[in-house]
Amino acid sequence: MSQEIEIPELGFLGLARYAWRQLTSMRTALILLMLMGVAAIPGSLIPQRITNPMAVRDFITKNPTQALWYDRFSLFDVYGSPWFSAIYILLFISLIGCVLPRSVEHFKAMRAQPPATPKNLARLEEYQTFATDAQVLDRATAWFKKNRFRVLNEGQSLSAEKGYLRETGNLLFHLSLILILIGVSFGSLFGMKGEAIVNVGERFINVPTSYDTLSFGKLSGDKSLTPFQIHVDKFVAQYDPATNAPKDYKAWVTVTNDGVTRTETMKVNQPLTFGNTRVYLQANGYSPVVTVRDSMGDVAFQGPVPFLPQDGNLRSIGAIKVPDANPQIGFVGSFVPTNSRTAGQGAVSIFPELLDPKLLFSIWKGNLGLDSGVPQSVYRLDTTKLTKVGLGSVKPGETFTYPEGSITLETVVPWINLQIVEDPGKKYALVGGIVAVLGLLSSLYGRRRRIWIRITSDGVEVAGLAKNGAPGLEAEIKDFVRALKGEK
Amino acid sequence: MQTTWAYISNYFVYSAMALFTISFIAHAFETAFAVRAPEVADSTEGNLLVKTLDYKRTEKTARIATAMMILGFLLLLAGVVARGISAKHVPWGNMYEFSITGALAFTGAYLAALRKYDLRWLGLFVSLSVLLTLGTAITLLYRNSAPLVPALKSTWLVIHVTSAIISGGVFLLANVVAAAYLYLERVESRGPRPLWLQRVPSLEVLDQLSYRLVAFVFPLWTFAVIAGAIWAESAWGRYWGWDPKETWAFITWVAYAAYLHARVTVGWRGRRAAWLCIFAGSTFLFNYVYVNVWGTGKHTYSGL
Repeated sequence: MSQEIEIPELGFLGLARYAWRQLTSMRTALILLMLMGVAAIPGSLIPQRITNPMAVRDFITKNPTQALWYDRFSLFDVYGSPWFSAIYILLFISLIGCVLPRSVEHFKAMRAQPPATPKNLARLEEYQTFATDAQVLDRATAWFKKNRFRVLNEGQSLSAEKGYLRETGNLLFHLSLILILIGVSFGSLFGMKGEAIVNVGERFINVPTSYDTLSFGKLSGDKSLTPFQIHVDKFVAQYDPATNAPKDYKAWVTVTNDGVTRTETMKVNQPLTFGNTRVYLQANGYSPVVTVRDSMGDVAFQGPVPFLPQDGNLRSIGAIKVPDANPQIGFVGSFVPTNSRTAGQGAVSIFPELLDPKLLFSIWKGNLGLDSGVPQSVYRLDTTKLTKVGLGSVKPGETFTYPEGSITLETVVPWINLQIVEDPGKKYALVGGIVAVLGLLSSLYGRRRRIWIRITSDGVEVAGLAKNGAPGLEAEIKDFVRALKGEK
Repeated sequence: MQTTWAYISNYFVYSAMALFTISFIAHAFETAFAVRAPEVADSTEGNLLVKTLDYKRTEKTARIATAMMILGFLLLLAGVVARGISAKHVPWGNMYEFSITGALAFTGAYLAALRKYDLRWLGLFVSLSVLLTLGTAITLLYRNSAPLVPALKSTWLVIHVTSAIISGGVFLLANVVAAAYLYLERVESRGPRPLWLQRVPSLEVLDQLSYRLVAFVFPLWTFAVIAGAIWAESAWGRYWGWDPKETWAFITWVAYAAYLHARVTVGWRGRRAAWLCIFAGSTFLFNYVYVNVWGTGKHTYSGL
């Protein structure tokens, strides 16, 4: 079988042309399409940094070696990985290479006349012949006109065609996919996304320092933040007493934008909009408002401290850091909105509303390390270099005293997590999406067909042709013939 | 009041199950006795001997089977509506509610297709799978009727989930037809069809039918995905975030897009097309079962 095949020299241009033809061929496009489906799978099975960074961190701690290899193949960032990008970029190049020439061709075809009537109509679908009078072509023209066919009059015969919308829809659909891709990339290059926890009664000012997390697209700078302020007046969360599941979250806010102040309400499905920027109500929790005094009775710290919820009943953890006390004091805290004591695991919350709130804590003294320059989480206290002073718990209004001072739980306020997103590309993606559905509808439901009629020596011949075997031609020709025979 | 309606809904679902059981038995009887239908004529097609049978005797059973299926559909519809009234929202808040609505959509897709195509041979399978779905739903997945979590409180719940469920029903029907194709193709490769398969349409008809079903519902699925994106934009602050449910919806979409291209432009027919169709349908099922039950992400609500 070893037969030498002589391969002609292609040269650079020839090779490029060959590669382009291969890439834009339908078979390659199909393989790329299937490949993209398969390539999307690992991202749903392996935790992803964009959807679940905590799970990725856990995975890395648990399986460091495996994680190293995963990271080498970008398996924690599948949808931004070089190989995933390669597939969709190639797919879109292939798509453009296929769709653009077809669009030009289709544009020409739409302005051209229908093709001439074939010589032998008898070989086509629904062929029939019958005797009739001389005005038959007028009746045929009238029927074609009524049914909006495009007609080529060849004297003794008519060639009519309909259903260009099918190809138009097909091309529009594919072009709209390009628009969606442009919208998505535009949004990720020029957008921004951030989150901030705001206590009820406090104000959020839209500057970078107000954010807990903030990330910009590659090409947008922090100058692009829309100047607005949101004061959180009130927040109410309702829960179902039977299942403890949340029923409704609602926040009342006072918004200042462009020098105008107005009040608004926010809900989960009802964000605030400032141009391209939208502000979402994303999560909620509690901030114990505490006063910490030193041994002399002077206030060393006072204010709300956001605690992070750990479960559906909003058992929350947090840290209270008092660098101004001498010695410095820190609290590792746990807050429960509805306290219930269990045998094993200390306090748990049995309902997410503030029915019987309680703050439990351990007290630590020593250098909190806030000036060391190493960034710390505000929700955690590193106790490795600290000395334990004691354990305590307080309910609202109560004060707990220890040798170095005291802590008072004044009250508890809810906090809300605002998610602030700017996406200048989403309107393009939306338009693309709408056009895609419309294009699909006309390309999958549209029928392209031709009908011919020719005068012969003993009457007329009629025949038709439906592209892609579209159904319904039979009924249409029946209707046509009835009209020709003057039966309706 | 709320629980009363939930009880009413459960009674409707149980009654629907009874009717689907009757329909299933009637379909089984019909299939069994049709084999013994008297022979009318023999003819040869190529080398194969084709027997034409007279099905008059089993026609009545077949009609009963379909009638029971229609009644079961109506009762299930009533059950779904009552469930919605009890919870004061469209009944798509948890997996029990998805399952009964999905079973409704699947039956509906079958009955609608039955008006146009002779699909009664599928009835045995349809009634059985609906029974199994409802049984699983009411025993394993049942949850008390409860209000919606805040993220689901949106008009888009109706639009997005309706279109997704209807698409799912039709996709699964196309899958069943494609599976029937593959089975029949194997049978026919070994010789003439056995008598009990005589009434199943020819391979070409099955091949064409599963394509028609997919082509019919693909725009609706596209719409479901886009409606989901619009909703996600207002609820979660981004229209696409590669959440596991979104990822699998995308995979399903790509798989069906590949199927349509393979058929229309590359000219795939028969076995290869049927396998691709089944693969695409499995990604839909996987999305429904895996992501709801074991998955993490924003689409998992209220326990199940």
